[in-house]
Amino acid sequence: MSISIELQTVLHSNSALSWHEHSEQWLQIMCPAEQLPTLTRYLLEKEEAEFATLLVEELADQENLTVHYLFYLPATGKLIELKVAVKAGAELPAISDTVHAADWHEREAWDLYGLRFSGHPFLGDFVLHDDDWPEGIDPMRRQFDGSKRPDAHGTGAEWAPPRLLQEEGAIVFPIGPVWGDFNESGLWLLETPGEQIRYLHTRLFYKYRGVEKIAEGRTVDQGLLLAERFAGASAFAHGWAYCQALEQIGACQPPPRAEQLRMVFAELERIRHHAANIAEIAGSTALSVAKALAQGIVEDLLRLSARLCGHRYFFGVLTPGGLREDLNTDALEILHNNLPAIDQRMRALEQHLEESSSFLDRIEEMGTLDSQMAKTYGVVGPIARASGRNIDLRRNLPYGQYGFLAPDVPLEEEGDGYARLRVFFAESRISVKLILDLLAFLPDGPIHSPCPVREGHALAWVEAPSGATFHWLRCTADGLITRLRLGTPGFRNWHAFERAIEGAAFQDFPIILATWGLSVAENDR
Amino acid sequence: MSFWPYYGLKRGISTTSWPDGEEDSVGITPGRPRATQSLHPEESAAQCPTQALRVVKQQETSEHGVAVDFSRCIHCQRCRTGSHALPWSRDFAWGASTASAQPVLGSRFSASLHVLYIDAGACGACVNEVRLVDAPPYNLHRLGIFVTATPRNADVLLVAGPITDAMRTAILKAYAAMPAPKRVMGMGTCAINGGIFGESFACAGGLEKIIPVDLWLPGCPPPPLAIIHGLLSLVGRVAPASLEEQP
Repeated sequence: MSISIELQTVLHSNSALSWHEHSEQWLQIMCPAEQLPTLTRYLLEKEEAEFATLLVEELADQENLTVHYLFYLPATGKLIELKVAVKAGAELPAISDTVHAADWHEREAWDLYGLRFSGHPFLGDFVLHDDDWPEGIDPMRRQFDGSKRPDAHGTGAEWAPPRLLQEEGAIVFPIGPVWGDFNESGLWLLETPGEQIRYLHTRLFYKYRGVEKIAEGRTVDQGLLLAERFAGASAFAHGWAYCQALEQIGACQPPPRAEQLRMVFAELERIRHHAANIAEIAGSTALSVAKALAQGIVEDLLRLSARLCGHRYFFGVLTPGGLREDLNTDALEILHNNLPAIDQRMRALEQHLEESSSFLDRIEEMGTLDSQMAKTYGVVGPIARASGRNIDLRRNLPYGQYGFLAPDVPLEEEGDGYARLRVFFAESRISVKLILDLLAFLPDGPIHSPCPVREGHALAWVEAPSGATFHWLRCTADGLITRLRLGTPGFRNWHAFERAIEGAAFQDFPIILATWGLSVAENDR
Repeated sequence: MSFWPYYGLKRGISTTSWPDGEEDSVGITPGRPRATQSLHPEESAAQCPTQALRVVKQQETSEHGVAVDFSRCIHCQRCRTGSHALPWSRDFAWGASTASAQPVLGSRFSASLHVLYIDAGACGACVNEVRLVDAPPYNLHRLGIFVTATPRNADVLLVAGPITDAMRTAILKAYAAMPAPKRVMGMGTCAINGGIFGESFACAGGLEKIIPVDLWLPGCPPPPLAIIHGLLSLVGRVAPASLEEQP
């Protein structure tokens, strides 16, 4: 077994635990509920495990649930799954006091499965809003018919936002759900005695489309359309993770050319995603020329994408087993010729921004998430790397061909808005270099291997532009989805966002929001 | 010290001349399938995962073809290549009047139109495209169209997404707060019928289920010029397109 001696000792010395190796990389531990907190603490403190995601599955008898707690070891690339059986309606010990990143996962499981976590201080009004959704209906349970809305309603106008600040003159200032020019929907309740924001309550899931529920019973082919379209700004990354899950189940290895072209598309998407974030950051500080220059880059990258694959957001490019269509020599040449110019424009923009002291004043020491907080909340992606967390799935859990061509990982320590901006720029540069390297050594050959549909389940992951995403897929032999879990970076990072706002001045809220560059669609699913 | 105005000027004019001039830059639109005569219409239609393609058989001429229902097309590209491929257009003039459309807004609005955007579950691609209409390549302002953050100033309500349940109240309130005359535009396939998300416990699956709609803008996502086409057709400056195409 390829796990540490200490973990082997723990497993052997504890007669209540049984385990088996689902694959060489994936160790599954059947864990009684009461052992969960101890084992989790052990994994975190002794093995330096990272929390990947938590998912609930309902068994066919509709009375028993299985809860999978998924961890990975960044140093060795091993997956560790704690599998806990629980009766529907029963209670599990919360692990969020140890693994704070699991906090929102537990709230979600309570809302959607009615699974209670003892010791969790704040269950309720999360995915399902109390004013809208009737109490006691758990939509992810099998008995619930997901095709239509239940007749009952929630508390309606009786719902009041939570309020902590009791000082005289203190107010709760709401932003959203409809706000600003072109923004995603969400409600941000800023508690302030006047100027300084003391607390922020983020109320998301206004865009909850129940993707995980409506996927159930659909074909795995329809599932790909959903995976690409629930978070369009990182459609390729999520589509890729989904395809990898299907390929694992079907024991299919995409050909090398397809794997490398997938990396090309994924890195192009990363550059575009980051450029769009940079445009929003510049826009939030009213630097309109900088915003326009960044938007010009975004638009040119979108046009370039459409020239390569027919779609501006890479919809319909992926297929299980490879890619739907090859890139011909002309397309590759267009990419090769256009990318350096785009890179130059990004570098020039970065330099101009660094010379604008009035701009830097507004993002430096703004919305800071220190490295300790970043670790506690288990943030992922550029946000994590701007707060000194040296973590990137392309390197820590390589997939595709990233094992051979691992990108550099830019690291900043400050965790403020400026550090995040620098990470966005640095990652874009690294992605350009990676694409050009890939193009130079692109193998010939097919771009698709047959991917048979089989019964099974798999966990797949991708370092999406905004961070680690984990897709869990279980399907039947007829190719029908029985469970699709989308563990997204948005869901992880929004959780920590509240901490970065506290203490900020009121007017800095939109700037901090922009420097985080979070997708609501990716969180809400 | 920075010289932003200079950097901006140095970049030159990148704005399209459309709708006054032609626009055919590559990559400006994903394009979409075209209705076509076909010897094997069944095979072509069978490739579509969302039933946007329909076999049409004419009794008299025995000519067969494929009709396209743009309100269902999500640009999955499966009918774009292969042996039963359909031709794809490179157009973007996609805005189509609904059955319950009110007359176009009069001349008072044609060069001064204010739009409120509401996201009702859009995936992020629609949001990104709608943000770009304001950017230099498209520059919405040159056409006298402005974005507002309040329904009190809005003439047009632009809604994207499959209309999530949690956004229902917000949309109803915003619509009620808009002064008359007002128009509603549903953006993206999701807003028309829920798209890939459909109607479910979490989504109404179409804007018309909750408020009257004047213009549909199909596409997944509709590119920036399609959004501009939709807005211009609400004030009668361009002709609306159709949601269906027959062979």
